[in-house]
Amino acid sequence: MSSELHYKTACELAEMLGGKQISAVELTEAVIARTKKVDTKVRAFNSFDEENALAQARASDDRRSRGLSLGALEGIPVGLKDVIAVEGQPLTASSKMLQNFISPYDATVTRKLKGAGAICWGRLNLDEFAMGSSTENSAFHTTCNPYDLERVPGGSSGGSAASVAAGETIVSLGSDTGGSIRQPAALCNVVGVKPTYGLVSRFGLIAFASSLDQIGPFARTVEDAALVLQTIAGHDQQDSTSFATPIPDYRRELQTRKGPWRLGIPKEYFGEGLDPEVGAAVQNAIEFYRKQGCEIKEVSLPHTEYGVGVYYIIATAECSSNLARYDGIRYGHRSKEAKDAIDIYFKSRAEGFGAEVKRRIILGTYVLSSGYYDAFYLRAQKVRTLIRQDFLNAYKDVDAILTPTSPTPAFKRGEKAADPLAMYLSDVYTIGVNLAGLPGISIPCGFTQGGLPIGLQLIGQPFKEAEMLAIANAYEKSHDWNSRRPNLS
Amino acid sequence: MKYEAVIGLEVHVQIKTNSKMFTRVAQGYGHEPNTLTDPVVLALPGTLPVMNKAALDAIIKSGLMLGCEIAPICKWDRKNYFYPDSPKNYQISQYDQPICVGGFVEIELPGASRNVMGEHKKIPLTRIHLEEDVGKLNHFATESLVDYNRAGTPLMEIVSEPALQSADEAFAYLTSLRNTMIYGGISDCDMEKGQLRCDANISIRPVGETRLGTKVELKNLNSISFVRDGIAHEIKRQIAVVQSGGKIVQETRDYDGQTGTSQSLRTKEMAHDYRYFPDPDLMPVKVDAAWKERLQRECPELPFDKQRRFLEQYQIPYTITSVLVPDRELSAYFEEAAKQSGKPQAAGNWIANDLLREIGAAKIQLRESKVTPSHIAELVKLVDAGTLTSTAAKEVFSEMFKTGERPAAVVDRKGLKAETNSGELEQWCRDAILANPKSLADFKGGKDAAINGFKGAVMKAAKGKASPQLVDETLRRLLAAM
Repeated sequence: MSSELHYKTACELAEMLGGKQISAVELTEAVIARTKKVDTKVRAFNSFDEENALAQARASDDRRSRGLSLGALEGIPVGLKDVIAVEGQPLTASSKMLQNFISPYDATVTRKLKGAGAICWGRLNLDEFAMGSSTENSAFHTTCNPYDLERVPGGSSGGSAASVAAGETIVSLGSDTGGSIRQPAALCNVVGVKPTYGLVSRFGLIAFASSLDQIGPFARTVEDAALVLQTIAGHDQQDSTSFATPIPDYRRELQTRKGPWRLGIPKEYFGEGLDPEVGAAVQNAIEFYRKQGCEIKEVSLPHTEYGVGVYYIIATAECSSNLARYDGIRYGHRSKEAKDAIDIYFKSRAEGFGAEVKRRIILGTYVLSSGYYDAFYLRAQKVRTLIRQDFLNAYKDVDAILTPTSPTPAFKRGEKAADPLAMYLSDVYTIGVNLAGLPGISIPCGFTQGGLPIGLQLIGQPFKEAEMLAIANAYEKSHDWNSRRPNLS
Repeated sequence: MKYEAVIGLEVHVQIKTNSKMFTRVAQGYGHEPNTLTDPVVLALPGTLPVMNKAALDAIIKSGLMLGCEIAPICKWDRKNYFYPDSPKNYQISQYDQPICVGGFVEIELPGASRNVMGEHKKIPLTRIHLEEDVGKLNHFATESLVDYNRAGTPLMEIVSEPALQSADEAFAYLTSLRNTMIYGGISDCDMEKGQLRCDANISIRPVGETRLGTKVELKNLNSISFVRDGIAHEIKRQIAVVQSGGKIVQETRDYDGQTGTSQSLRTKEMAHDYRYFPDPDLMPVKVDAAWKERLQRECPELPFDKQRRFLEQYQIPYTITSVLVPDRELSAYFEEAAKQSGKPQAAGNWIANDLLREIGAAKIQLRESKVTPSHIAELVKLVDAGTLTSTAAKEVFSEMFKTGERPAAVVDRKGLKAETNSGELEQWCRDAILANPKSLADFKGGKDAAINGFKGAVMKAAKGKASPQLVDETLRRLLAAM
C-alpha cells in the first residue's frame, strides 16, 4: 500500500518482519520518528515512552532471532488509549484526576497484546474518562483531525483514531461506550471495530459505563482490525461480563465468507440531521453491495429515537458510581486545600474532574436517586430491552445492518463544545449498538467535497464479528479510500 | 402504663473463605496494615470484581440451616456512599433480591435454674444477604489512616424480624446464631475480631398496642454482653423519655459498653440515599436445585436438634448437654466415647467435667488432647467393672491426660486397682456398722441416707481402693441381716 514503513499495514509488516526484511527496532524507530514529526500538529498522544518502546522492540527482535516469536503481532507497534492499563506506564484517562497515576498492572488486553509480541506504544488522548465525541474534553489538550487540523478527530477515542490515520502507530486500541471507536474512525478515515459486549475483556479498562464499554481495534484495513481483534478477544476470568465463546479465525474468514448477504437499511437512520454528503456516500456504498448481489432490505428499528435519551440515563448512572472511587484518598489528585475527609472528596473532585465529567456524574446521581429511580433508570432499562429487541427482530430478515456512522463529517473544534446536546447527537447512529450489545464497525466510504472522511457503519449480529468483518472487507477490497493520506507536511 | 420492647437485630457475619469476596487476595485478621490488598481491593482504575463462589456456597448453606428460602438467582447491587474505608465508594451488596428469604433462629431463654432447660422460641428472619466488608479507619491525633485489609471480606447480613422482646432474648438469639454459624463452618464468629457484629433496632410500645413505635438503631454492640446491656439500657432510656412526656426520635445511637451509655450519631433527616442499582460488572448467578441439594447434604445437625437427641438417646442431664452441644467437635467426641463405652452418662460426665477442666487448664484445643474417646470409654468400663474406684479413676484420668497412656496401663503402673477381696471388705463394713449405732438406728428407722454414715469409715479403712458400688452392696446386705 505504501512505501513508508509507518503507513504499511500490520499484515504487511508481519510478513516483512518474518522475512527479516526489517527489524522490530527499525519499525519502532520509524513510528517514533513519524510521531515526533507530526504529533506536534495532531497531538494524538498524551505521552510516549520511547526507550520503553525500543526495549520492547529489541526484545521482540531477540525472540525472533532465537526462533521464539510469540504471535501474530510480534514486533508490531500498537497504540493504546489512555484508559487501558499498561504496567509501569501512565494511566490518566486524560483527566487531571489521574494526571500522575502510573498503573501497577496490565489490562487483560495489554497482557494479550504483549503475549502476541506486540509493542505497546504510547498513551493516546481521549475525552476525559471517555466522555465526549470530539476529544475536546481532554484535560490536557485537544487532538486534531489529521485531515483538517482545525477540526476534531471525533471521540472519545480521538487519539487512537488520529494516530492510526497519521501513521504514528500501525494499529491502536480504543474503547466504545456509545460510539467512541466508530465515530472517530469515521471522522479520521480509518477502520474501527466495536465488538459484541462480552467478546473482549474489560479488566484494566477504566470504566465509564460498565454495561456499555467495549475495547476494540483501530486499523487502516479491515484485515488489520481482524488481526488485532483476534488477539484481544476471548473469555477472561477477571471479567465476569466476558463471554465464553469460541473465537474464530477472523482473518481467514475474511477470505472464506463470500456472501452475498442480506443487508438491512434502517429508515430511522436516514432522516433529519443527516449531512447530505454523508448520506450520498452511504447510498453509494449501498449501491455497491446491491451490485455485488446483496439483497438490500429496508428494516425498522422503531425505538431508535429513544436511544440517546436511554443512553444518557444508563451511561451517566453507571459513571456516577464508577467514578466515585476517584476521591483523592488512595491515589489520584488530592486537593492541597482539603482539611478533612469530606473536604478531600469535595475539593479533590471539584479540582480533578472537568465540566463534562461533572455534568454526567450529577445527571447519573440524579437518575439513581430515591424517588427518581423507577421513572428514569428502570424505565431506561426497559426501553433498552426494546431497542435490543428491535435489532434482533431485524436480524430475522437480514445478516447485517448498514448505516452512516456519524451524521456529519468532522466538525470544527469549539463548534459544539458549548452545546452538550448537539455533541450528544453526534452519537445518534452509534449508541443503539452499545445499548443492544451488538458488534459494529466503521469503515471509510468516501470524502466530502471539502476533503473530510466519511464512515460507513455495519452492525452485525451478536458474536458474529467474522461475518461483519467479511462484509466490510468486501467493500474495502473494491475501494481505495484508505490509501488517501492526510497532508501533514 | 406498662411498656414492652420490640427488637430487631441486624447481624453481620464474616464468612471464613480463603480469599476475599470479589478477588483472589487472602482474607485474614491481625496482619500488617494494607498487606491483604491487590488492585481490586484498592479499587485501582480499571479493576473488576469476580464473585467468590465459596462465599455464595457459605451463605446458601447458612440459609438452608436457618430454614430460609433460597432465591433462584443471586443478584448484585451497588450501594453508593462516600466513606474513606470504602475503596470504591460503593459497596457491592444485595438490595431487592437477597439470596436468602425468611427462615428463623431457634433460641432458648434462661431456664428456672441452671440445670433446667428454658423455653424455646423461633425468631423469624426477614432476609440474609451477601456483601463485602469495608476497611478500617484508625484515628490519630492529627490524621486518620486507612487499613484495607478487611475491605472486601465476604460478609453476610442476617436481618431478623422485629420479633425479639427483651435483652435476654437478643442475647439468646445471638448465642444461638453464633453456635449455628460455627457449626456450619461458616464463620468463627469471634466478636473481638469483628467476625460477628450486631446492630439493634429498638422500639417500645404500651402493652397491648400492635403498631410499632419509633425505632432507634443502636450501633457498636461489640460483644454479646454489650448487646444485652446496650439493649436493656436503650429500653430503659426510651421508657424514661416517654414517661417524662418526651417523644422518641428516629435516630442512630452509639452504645459505649465501657461506660454503659449511648449518644446520638445521626437522626433520620441525615439518612443516606444509597442510590442502589444492579451492579453492571457482575452477572446474576443462577442457583439451581442440584446446587442447593449438594449444600443441603453438607449441613450439619443443628445444635438444638442435637441437644434434643442427646437428651432422648443418651438420657444425659440437660446441664451436660448444654456443655457438650455448643461445640460440634466435643459433641462428636462424646458420641464416640458413649458408643465405645456403652455408658453415655458416665462418658458425658468425664468429658463435660474432667476433660474440659484439664483442657482449660492446659490451654489446649480438644484435638490436641492426648485423651481420645477410646481412653474415656476404657476408663468408664474400668470403673463400671469395679476395677477402679472413682477416686482412683480421677488419678488415672490426670495421669493419662498428661501422658496419653491407656487407663489400664496407668492402673497397673500405679497399683490403683480397687480392693475386691470380699472377706476383708465385709469385715471393714461390719466394723463400721458396729462403730456407729446411731446411724444403724436411723437406717433401721427408715432413713436410707444414714447408710452414708458408714461409707466414710469403710473407705478410710480401704485407703480409697474400695469400689463404692461394692461397699454399698455389702453394707446393704449386712444391714438387712441385722
